[in-house]
Amino acid sequence: MSLLKSIHIGATALVAQAKRLNVVSSNLANAESVSGPDGKAYRAKHVYFQTAPLAGEAAAGVEVASVVEDQSPLRKVHRPGHPNADASGFVELPNVNPVEEMVDMISAARSYQMNIEAMTTSRQLLLKTLDLGRS
Amino acid sequence: MSGVPEFDSVKFHAAALKLRSYRQQVLSSNLANADTPGYKARDIDFAAALREQLGAAAPQAQLPVSRSHRAHQAALGMADDPKLLYRAAQQPSLDGNTVDPDVERAQFGENALMTEATLTFLNSALRSRLSAITGQ
Repeated sequence: MSLLKSIHIGATALVAQAKRLNVVSSNLANAESVSGPDGKAYRAKHVYFQTAPLAGEAAAGVEVASVVEDQSPLRKVHRPGHPNADASGFVELPNVNPVEEMVDMISAARSYQMNIEAMTTSRQLLLKTLDLGRS
Repeated sequence: MSGVPEFDSVKFHAAALKLRSYRQQVLSSNLANADTPGYKARDIDFAAALREQLGAAAPQAQLPVSRSHRAHQAALGMADDPKLLYRAAQQPSLDGNTVDPDVERAQFGENALMTEATLTFLNSALRSRLSAITGQ
């Protein structure tokens, strides 16, 4: 049943893109978090996708391979009165780039929509196949 | 039986439908992997695959290749799956992904339309046989 599998492939993409959207929300929400559970400033996170082969099929779905932390340097701002300021008065702020996150969000939303459309089409075709031979 | 025509429309459209739904699966795989680094867009040559399906009626004896891990690739030219080709990328991206979402969507829509057409043809072929049997 190739059409059922194509719905399954669409579902794997929805899961992966939803995770990507989650990470974007997390980054945007924490864009100003100066300290996390470890006492250090929040680091932006990025998801990495990889293909997820289906058993016995050449076509493949997609899955999140890993969520990694952005290793670019944290922003440093001079705020001597801040409780987290170091000896010279600098505070470390997250390395979240809001513009990059917004672009990532739009891309993820588009991919999500595209896969939903593909799944809807496959579903309609499957229903029509089920109606085959009926008057 | 002399009454059965040379061109079997049910058999033809059933083979076409099978290939169409297989292609639908391959195209949804491309759409799902539109953001996966290194993924190469795949597709089948529908006309060639259909010709092969209808021409190669005699089953060919082939030894199956066992796949014990989910990452193992299917051996080429195996079973009755049509040959998967790679799509030539018009604008390859830096991460090695060759999926162009616009191209894939257009192909997906075309394939869905053709599947519907095939279903309509198959349905009318079945119904004309049914009316020949019932004689109404």
